[in-house]
Amino acid sequence: MARMKFLCDADRCIECNACVTACKNEHEVPWGINRRRVVTINDGLPGERSVSMACMHCTDAPCAAVCPVNCFYTTDDGVVLHSKETCIGCGYCFYACPFGAPQYPRVSNFGTRGKMDKCTYCSGGPEADMTQAEYIQYGTNRLAEGKLPLCAEMCSTKALLAGDGDIIADIYRERVVTRGYGSGAWGWRTAYGETIQA
Amino acid sequence: MTSRAFAAAMVALFAAVALLFSAMPETMAQQVTPTASSVQEDELLRALQTGENVSGRVSIPDRQAGELIKPDNKGWADLSQGTLQTFAVGILVVALIGLALFYFIRGRIALEGGFSGRSILRFGWFERLAHWMLASTFIVLALTGLNLVIGRAVILPIVGENAFGTLSSWGKIAHNYLAWPFMISLAIVFVLWIVHNIPGRIDLEWIKQGGGFMKKGVHPPAKKFNAGQKIVFWCVVLGGAAMSYTGVMLLFPHLAGTGADWQFYQVVHAVVAGLLSAVILGHIYIGTLGMEGAFDAMGKGEVDENWAEQHHSLWAREVKSAAVSPAKSDEAIAPAE
Ligand code: HEM
Ligand code: SF4
Ligand code: SF4
Repeated sequence: MARMKFLCDADRCIECNACVTACKNEHEVPWGINRRRVVTINDGLPGERSVSMACMHCTDAPCAAVCPVNCFYTTDDGVVLHSKETCIGCGYCFYACPFGAPQYPRVSNFGTRGKMDKCTYCSGGPEADMTQAEYIQYGTNRLAEGKLPLCAEMCSTKALLAGDGDIIADIYRERVVTRGYGSGAWGWRTAYGETIQA
Repeated sequence: MTSRAFAAAMVALFAAVALLFSAMPETMAQQVTPTASSVQEDELLRALQTGENVSGRVSIPDRQAGELIKPDNKGWADLSQGTLQTFAVGILVVALIGLALFYFIRGRIALEGGFSGRSILRFGWFERLAHWMLASTFIVLALTGLNLVIGRAVILPIVGENAFGTLSSWGKIAHNYLAWPFMISLAIVFVLWIVHNIPGRIDLEWIKQGGGFMKKGVHPPAKKFNAGQKIVFWCVVLGGAAMSYTGVMLLFPHLAGTGADWQFYQVVHAVVAGLLSAVILGHIYIGTLGMEGAFDAMGKGEVDENWAEQHHSLWAREVKSAAVSPAKSDEAIAPAE
């Protein structure tokens, strides 16, 4: 089985935010929530880079470790999903996640913020694949249709890569070797305990 | 402007632009050396101090989203799942084993000479109301809190995921709302009983004699509250205040400050919860199973005269002398003898 990962090649990202928009539209993500966002580091300074970030679907996911009701599960593809049925909206996963992925539909104290929402790697939730029930809670299930996440699929510069971790790592490594530089596989060390050495 | 002057100006301008362009490639080449100038993730991570995040600018309204990588969050996740869980379970198990051992070795502390049949008023209805409000909300808070710590390991396998989710979300609501009556009754109890809980010299004597817990027939003198009760009082007041403060911070994250601050309050909340629960287990034991005649004080509000003399000799004397000459005191009226 593939081990799905995201990789953002910051040396290619032009901060167009198409990935952010594509995600919001594809899954009809509620107001106030952005499952993906683009962060610009060293904005306006030499060496500025933009990184598109969402849930990284971590190895030994910290969110899953702290959830008091154990609502996370990792799929065979290595995607970290959760059940909104079980979630109590306590906020613990938000404080455990190194990437700020978990978010809540309402801004108030924890307990009345509603069920946690985050990137599903376009692969829905525990409900049956490609059903209306799944769509309403989690959005579309592109993986079940044999497609990769939309954000990466429609990235115009192919900065954002999604797919099997080994394959996208190879692509990135080749790019770094060819062009002679690379600012790093953002988030990999923190999410997967390893980075890509060119 | 004459046409000659204009032409001269134009030539000068073109010359300047040409000069600029000829100089350009060099400076450009310097600026675009990506290896030299791009931000490196590794370097940023290495430069982070504890509590710092890799962050930048976002164009969405949620400024918090600018925090790109928060590596320390994993540390908190490990701490709260590993160490804190072990601590909570550990301290409760130790407290229960300790109490069980005490019960089997020392047994129930009996009322010597039996009940006299005459009783003294110890706590009025308002004091008992405040106590039971504090106690009942504490127990619910402790159980629903404990559920967040170990429910997943203990209750979930028994009742299943759906039932546990429902249970926990009710628990969460109970914890959030019962916190307020808890805080109110804590404040009332503090005001009602602080006068009786100022530490004094006779407390040293009480502690030296181990409260008379260790040997039968030993009863060090005490006023309304003995040193042991004063310790419980201050644990509840200070521990309860700490629980209230950290709890409110957890409840309203924007008051807490940064994510790291919230995590800090969570750790304090969990540690103090463990310690305070252990103290309260001891308190519940001695108030019910551990000592004959003690429960009546908070149950009926009246205690047996023998009990009062054995465990609170100075207080018993005070109350009785007040009863003999009621004019001197407007304290509670004791039944005529
Ligand atoms: C007095 C006011 C209190 C407030 C406002 C308060 C609030 C909170 C909040 C907001 C949480 C975070 C978890 C969640 O979102 O449900 C929490 C957790 C917890 N509370 Fe309280 N609480 C209070 C008192 C108490 C008391 C008296 C206890 C009893 C011992 C207690 C025990 C716990 C425990 C054990 C946790 C779980 C900590 C963990 O996850 O490690 N709380 N409380
Ligand atoms: S990025 Fe955050 S939400 Fe996603 S798996 Fe990792 S810890 Fe969980
Ligand atoms: S917010 Fe939901 S998913 Fe996150 S830790 Fe709490 S219960 Fe689990």
